[in-house]
Amino acid sequence: MGVQNYLYLSAILFTIGAAGVLLRRNAIVVFMCVELMLNATNLAFVTFARIHGNLDGQIIAFFVMVVAAAEVVVGLAIIVTIFRTRRSTSVDDANLLKY
Amino acid sequence: MTVAAVVSAASVPAASVSAAAADSIPAPHIEYGVLSPLFVVFGAAVLGVLVEAFAPRAARWAVQVGLTVLGLVGAFVAVVLVASSDDWKGARAVVAEGAVTVDGPTLFLQGTILLLAFVAVLLLAERRLDPGPSGAFAAQASTVPGSPGEREATRAGAAQTEVFPLTLFAVGGMLLFPAANDLLVAFVALEVLSLPLYLLCGLARRRRLLSQEAAMKYFLLGAFSSAFFLYGIALLYGYAGSIRLSEIADAATQAQGSDVLLLSGVGLVTVGLLFKAGAAPFHAWTPDVYQGAPTAVTAFMAACTKVAAFGALLRIYYVAFGGLKWEWRPLMWGVAILTMLVGAVISLTQQDVKRMLAYSSIAHAGFVLVGVLAADDAGLRGVLFYLLAYGFATIGAFAVVTMVRDPAGEATHLSQWAGLGRRSPLVAGAFAIFLLSFAGIPLTSGFMSKYAVFSAALDGGASPVVVVAVLASVVAAFFYVRVIVLMFFSEPAADGPTVAVPSILTTVALALGVTVTLVLGVIPQPVLDLAGDAAAFVR
Repeated sequence: MGVQNYLYLSAILFTIGAAGVLLRRNAIVVFMCVELMLNATNLAFVTFARIHGNLDGQIIAFFVMVVAAAEVVVGLAIIVTIFRTRRSTSVDDANLLKY
Repeated sequence: MTVAAVVSAASVPAASVSAAAADSIPAPHIEYGVLSPLFVVFGAAVLGVLVEAFAPRAARWAVQVGLTVLGLVGAFVAVVLVASSDDWKGARAVVAEGAVTVDGPTLFLQGTILLLAFVAVLLLAERRLDPGPSGAFAAQASTVPGSPGEREATRAGAAQTEVFPLTLFAVGGMLLFPAANDLLVAFVALEVLSLPLYLLCGLARRRRLLSQEAAMKYFLLGAFSSAFFLYGIALLYGYAGSIRLSEIADAATQAQGSDVLLLSGVGLVTVGLLFKAGAAPFHAWTPDVYQGAPTAVTAFMAACTKVAAFGALLRIYYVAFGGLKWEWRPLMWGVAILTMLVGAVISLTQQDVKRMLAYSSIAHAGFVLVGVLAADDAGLRGVLFYLLAYGFATIGAFAVVTMVRDPAGEATHLSQWAGLGRRSPLVAGAFAIFLLSFAGIPLTSGFMSKYAVFSAALDGGASPVVVVAVLASVVAAFFYVRVIVLMFFSEPAADGPTVAVPSILTTVALALGVTVTLVLGVIPQPVLDLAGDAAAFVR
């Protein structure tokens, strides 16, 4: 199996993630889709590292995981705070700021 | 502190890792002296977290403010020391195993960010305008707005001061972002500066629903855009086999590998950078976040984030994509024109002062992009000057917004500002100076900075964009002048807002804003020379 198939898979996962961010209404699910995009990126990094035969891409993948973990902490804190106030995590309900 | 050290460890080439893996791991060589501004700021931030945990409640606020100011001043002194030494000249500019570049633009931008952050911290530390243990910030951000828990926390005198360490972490990320010499460091710095900002947006004490909504919108859109940025990095890594900016530039000149990877990588990285810079079509978060966030935080974001984002944009575009000028310039033409028009035209319809300033910041992002288009050292000089001048004016403008208050807090509706000039001519006069500077009227810093970027873009062959830029300036000027007329030539309402008397902190911030705006308008040459001396990226 050609190694570029992993790149196609990564592009497909990234696209699914991006579509999910745009289409889903629940903030938690939107956030999960962002995480899916980050993980798709990791797959691309590791595949390119294999193609180029150097370790940079694999190391970057670890950095991305750490950054994603930090992002989860901050993101869930914000979403949980909003939920406790509004009893809803729908991104459509957060509509006080507009125009 | 940890970021720079760990990142450089990661940048050790793969070959040396495998060769030395058998017996010992070579320690990365870190130039602590040249990187000291970063270490000072991150060190102060870590200390701030400890203060938050251990200092007694009564002393916490004072200790945090002192520590933050000390950290920023110390880092600024470090920047000046580094700049006046020879440690960073020539090939030695690339430090920390090649992860970070400390060259002229880096030092100028770091100095700018630290100065602006200092002024913004003065606003953050203001407690007289909004009396309470935490000033304009929620005493305990985790409590539900209006709940018994919140009332109890207020009664018990709870005061959290996490605002200050968060600000310092954000400043540290901003210092690193324009200095990043490889795309991984750029990504980590982007997140280090963004994550604290998301939280800061949600900490307002009044109108907490708006504030939390702003935090959520900023967070979701910011995370979305950094995912694009990261995928762009992955594609560029796939193209060049390296994330080092200079090696991407080499690979692009030799035109090895697939153009699809290269061009889509450039496009996706651009999305992430333009989002942070607040340029159309990635500007949609700006007005909501600027309006909902606490005003002092808005001032900090509007000034410092822009500097950092444009700094990184310039470095990545000039160093890594410099050979692709003919590919990216048409794209940037379109983005600059769209950004200026969107910012200027939509600001005409705004009824809220903070939203109006947000759209004005979008328009200004477009003007800065005009300077980026020049793609030479004159353009770089103009952009550096523009960011400094705009930063001071915008912090000053938001300082005025914090002072105009009615019993419910800040009075931000534009109609409430009618006749402000008759009640408090000084404050309204200061706001008028900032608006005139935004409009680019001579004798203010705005005129000089617009002149610098527009003339550089003209010489760089982007004359159609400059024509649009001038037209957009005229449209925006119309609106600014309308606000000035509203403030000075209409009758104040009987129950209108009053201008609260702030403590020395806001007064100093406002005075600095006015002074810098006027001084840079009248005698810009020293700062222009400084920017000109700084204006060359080490590749």
